[in-house]
Amino acid sequence: MVVEKPSLDTVWAWLSAVADPEIPVISLTDLGIIRDVQWHDDTLAVTVTPTYSGCPATTIINLDIETALRGHGIEKLTLKRQLSPAWTTDWLSDTGRAKLEAYGIAPPQPAGGPKQCPRCKSTEVEKISQFGSTPCKAQWRCTDCLEPFDYFKCI
Amino acid sequence: MSDHLFEYLCRMGDNTLVLGHRVSEWCGHAPVLEEDIALANTALDLIGQTTLWLDLAGEVEGAGRNADKLAFHRDVWDFRNLLLVEQPNGDFGQTMMRQFLFDAWHLGQLKALMDSSNAQVAAIAEKSSKEVTYHLERARDTVIGLGDGTEESHARMQAALNKLWPYVGEMFVSDDVDAALVAGGIAPDPASLRPAYDALVSDVFLAATLEKPQDDFAHKGGKSGKRHSEHLGHILTQMQWLQRAYPDATW
Repeated sequence: MVVEKPSLDTVWAWLSAVADPEIPVISLTDLGIIRDVQWHDDTLAVTVTPTYSGCPATTIINLDIETALRGHGIEKLTLKRQLSPAWTTDWLSDTGRAKLEAYGIAPPQPAGGPKQCPRCKSTEVEKISQFGSTPCKAQWRCTDCLEPFDYFKCI
Repeated sequence: MSDHLFEYLCRMGDNTLVLGHRVSEWCGHAPVLEEDIALANTALDLIGQTTLWLDLAGEVEGAGRNADKLAFHRDVWDFRNLLLVEQPNGDFGQTMMRQFLFDAWHLGQLKALMDSSNAQVAAIAEKSSKEVTYHLERARDTVIGLGDGTEESHARMQAALNKLWPYVGEMFVSDDVDAALVAGGIAPDPASLRPAYDALVSDVFLAATLEKPQDDFAHKGGKSGKRHSEHLGHILTQMQWLQRAYPDATW
């Protein structure tokens, strides 16, 4: 029996439907952590880079990738961890950035701080702490609407 | 070379492991919520880096040990961390002074290791340096804020600096392991990092109105493993009790 291998585009599309376990509004491909997808004969090789080295979501992410691909009928699968080049917030997709903002998390900015409050859009914001609810976020506050909010920090 | 490289990787991983464990002791106890979260995040980064260093150490050793085995199945005399990172937390100021003194060295060390001839070492250094940049920024700002703060906070920060400064010198001491790695282009000469370190900490102490101790006496024996302080054993009894009570337990 000959089973047609799914195309790489199809695999990428499947992966774009796998949500980040910590911020379920964005997908793994929005986050930019899937670095490569290749067929080696009949084995699918997926290369993943961690966001932060201690991020507890990393093992869950690998499990979610495996579960999703097996669900689509992939039987032979290898997951490879790639450390270099190190993950950077520059790899967040534009769609991902827009989804983050709509979710209430200010997307990263080259200036090193949020452009505006994700709730009221005021530009009057101040830093509370460089560390937040997950390794990838910092805590900021809007001085107009007074709401604290998460900022996805640049790395 | 592989023995020396194993030793070196244990030094890197044991520094982040022991400091990560120390910093995690603050979880739920920090003076304010934001600092509690920042300390927990810092500890998490350090433990993550530990996994990378010690897994690589196990791979280089080739005896079937991974990061967990190295972290939980070795005793005090096998640890290669600097004496600085095993020192007790003290008050919040002392914890942040220890963090600053370490981060200032750690970032310089990682930046140098990014040029390592060993691609795996360079990759871990590249990854870690991004995280440590944030650690150093916070530690520096906190040392300045508390040093140049109230009379009380200033006195505590000066006391912390006086207490911890004798542990700084060990970071820049060389031995055969360092010499072998320098010769292989894998790691920098420890002494070569000192001028930039001294310049950085002097600037920060000036801004923090703190006085750097004159005496450069240095306690040694952590990185060689010859003479750890009494504190390391107490850390390990807590960190390793589960693996010692239930060897090879998993979840």
